[in-house]
Amino acid sequence: MAYIKIDADRCKGCYFCIKFCPKQLIIVSDTHNKVGYFPAQFLQEKEDQCTGCKTCALMCPDTAIEVFK
Amino acid sequence: MEKIFTRTPTLTSSETHFCPGCTHGIAHRILAEAIDELGIADRTIGIPGVGCCVFLYYYIAIDTLEAPHGRAPACATGMKRAQPDKIIFNYQGDGDMAAIGTSEIIHAANRGENITVIFINNSVYGMTGGQMAPTTLLGQQTTTSPYGRNFQTEGYPIKMAEMLATLEGVAYSARVSLHKPKNVMQAKKAIIKAFEMQINQMGFSMVEILSTCNTNWRVSPIEALDVIENEMIPYFPLGVFKERTGKDFL
Ligand SMILES: Cc1ncc(C[n+]2csc(CCOP(=O)(O)OP(=O)(O)O)c2C)c(N)n1
Ligand code: SF4
Ligand code: SF4
Ligand code: SF4
Ligand SMILES: [Mg+2]
Repeated sequence: MAYIKIDADRCKGCYFCIKFCPKQLIIVSDTHNKVGYFPAQFLQEKEDQCTGCKTCALMCPDTAIEVFK
Repeated sequence: MEKIFTRTPTLTSSETHFCPGCTHGIAHRILAEAIDELGIADRTIGIPGVGCCVFLYYYIAIDTLEAPHGRAPACATGMKRAQPDKIIFNYQGDGDMAAIGTSEIIHAANRGENITVIFINNSVYGMTGGQMAPTTLLGQQTTTSPYGRNFQTEGYPIKMAEMLATLEGVAYSARVSLHKPKNVMQAKKAIIKAFEMQINQMGFSMVEILSTCNTNWRVSPIEALDVIENEMIPYFPLGVFKERTGKDFL
């Protein structure tokens, strides 16, 4: 059991985290953040599938992701 | 549950000016992590070149010196010789290091200055609008090579990691990439290795990092990762081109 927290206002919408999450637990939010990007959003309801592998955080150029396990 | 990944202390909380998806951001993060893992933040001084890395001092909480375009290796030489107990690194782009600063880097490397260089190869002058750099690939269109780089008039993309590896003063020269998770981990290991060379007084160390400039390449951030894989790596192979194991140069 693990989960991630995405700081939506830091996120610039590159979607590297979405591309590389091996469990496909991240999607594009349908509401924009303070600067106008559509940030990445963690699928809270699928939290039980997150392994805490940190791949999303490793690829984030804006250090917008924290991982908890 | 416990927090298992967060921002390393030496990376400031400032939001960066980098374009969305620019891997300069990943390079800054792994550099700060490397500094913290080695526990050298209080004695490390960074010298960013001129280019998109120019605001490094906002993002990495260490002392920095801003060098004129291309001159970071000369500044680092003076800094290291004056304060040999400090860990000195340059962070230079390909326009900065492989064009205007070619002379400085080659002679600093050849003198075996005990400094570390982080070299960001994104195949263009990113900051000024994507002009051709010495690293621009053959056929690559840029604002100053609108028909694609042609070797007959512009020569060939320069391979800095291989070239510097031929110099006696060089202790470590490697090329890494940031386009996949595995590569990001390898890039961080290479940065740590380069700093260890300096800590052990082995001589000059350099890590060339293949990095994206999706804005000037005119592709999406994710497409830019594929450009590294399919276009850059075939010409700029990844690997360690020199790694000194003992002080065999003495
Ligand atoms: C003496 C001097 N000449 C030219 C410039 C303009 N200039 C600023 S950044 C740059 C090139 C930056 O390219 P690179 O080093 O590849 O960095 P990037 O932005 O791609 O990371 C140039 C030519 C300058 N600032 N100073
Ligand atoms: S990798 Fe980071 S900046 Fe990119 S979409 Fe994910 S959270 Fe946002
Ligand atoms: S930690 Fe791993 S499994 Fe969990 S969201 Fe990030 S990439 Fe996906
Ligand atoms: S111009 Fe290129 S190198 Fe500079 S921040 Fe944007 S994507 Fe990165
Ligand atoms: Mg460049």
